[in-house]
Amino acid sequence: MPIVTMTVNGRTASADIDPRTLLVQFLRENLMLTGTHVGCDTSQCGACTVHLDGDAVKSCTVLALQAEGCAVTTIEGLGAPGLLHPMQEAFREHHGLQCGFCTPGMIMAAVDIVHRHGNELSETLIRHELDGNICRCTGYHNIVKAVAEGARAMAPAMGAGGTGSTGLRTAAE
Amino acid sequence: MFAFTYHRPSSVRRAAALVASAEDGKLLAGGQTLLPTLKLRLAAPGDLVDLGAVPDLSGISLAGRTLTIGAMTRHAEVAASPVVRAALPALADLAAVIGDPQVRNRGTLGGSVANNDPSADYPAACLGLGATIITNQRRIEADDFFLGLFETALEPGEIITRIAFPAVKKAAYVKFRHPASRFAMVGVFAAKRTSDIRVAVTGASQNGVFRWQEAEQALRRRFAGKTLDGMSPPADDMVSDIHGSGEYRAHLVGVIARRAVEAAADA
Repeated sequence: MPIVTMTVNGRTASADIDPRTLLVQFLRENLMLTGTHVGCDTSQCGACTVHLDGDAVKSCTVLALQAEGCAVTTIEGLGAPGLLHPMQEAFREHHGLQCGFCTPGMIMAAVDIVHRHGNELSETLIRHELDGNICRCTGYHNIVKAVAEGARAMAPAMGAGGTGSTGLRTAAE
Repeated sequence: MFAFTYHRPSSVRRAAALVASAEDGKLLAGGQTLLPTLKLRLAAPGDLVDLGAVPDLSGISLAGRTLTIGAMTRHAEVAASPVVRAALPALADLAAVIGDPQVRNRGTLGGSVANNDPSADYPAACLGLGATIITNQRRIEADDFFLGLFETALEPGEIITRIAFPAVKKAAYVKFRHPASRFAMVGVFAAKRTSDIRVAVTGASQNGVFRWQEAEQALRRRFAGKTLDGMSPPADDMVSDIHGSGEYRAHLVGVIARRAVEAAADA
């Protein structure tokens, strides 16, 4: 079987895998990073969203072998307990979830939106850009509020000092 | 998925040799259609040849009035490219409504065109603009490229390397998308370049993307949405399924085509 090597959350990960192994399987079953969820498994719901070389992708629709040499960031790599990423903190603050199943994918997608569109996001843009993520609890209202707030909190000026006025701290992605 | 042997060549030449020598080889570009297809066991290639490590297959360049885009260029790159936005805004608009953001970060121009899904967006742009599909072997005009459902003029071992689009200002793509699949129920690419008027329709026909020639002829008299009032293609030729009847789709083609022509005329 072929060997795949990639960087996951800053650490080198390598394994001998069946070529059919999906990136999400590799993360969950080889690396035990179970924060990335499998919802629909048909690239509709976005629960499996991770960053591949900085871009949000659906890890249920990428072969692990395609990520050879790439840098992958999962929800575990975004923040840490007690040191949440501003986007995670905003989801907590605004209760941008009900059951929480879609949350890791929502947060990874939200950070990608900020990377592409900056820190001031309109509600319309957020709703449009969350097209690839489905919440079955229909909790979009608070999710949208959380993304807007998280985006503002990710602004460099606020993050640089460690804690901003909202008490948010940065974690290295 | 059924088992396959995975290859990751570092040149087009090697990729072509691998896919040609395999009994049932398949090229893997962005994988946003192929991987779901494999997971559903609707395809069982013995060999998968990944183009992800082949250099020089992606990129966007403008020379004169020709916009050339590499086959492995992601939809998100086309949508966000200032070069495409300035030279051929209709194409940037089209790329921005393919799938969803995550799909656009993986899906590629060449993959979409080679697959020729009857509801895909890019084939409408190729046909609507009269693009040239460039492979490792030859240049193929879009009019000769799309042959039917998932069928193209590509020969075994032939790989799309880039596509050349004429930079047409008076062009627009309007899509009526299926809300779940994000594919086009109907998508119309309308373009006017001097006397060449093209109306390409995706999503609707049983034979895949097509030029709606009756509309093109009418528009030669006057390139305006109103010219198409009351016109629609034959319902018998349209897809009829749980999402909409042939009559519904035929009507939708007329409506969406009028909107596309209006947008193109104003561009």
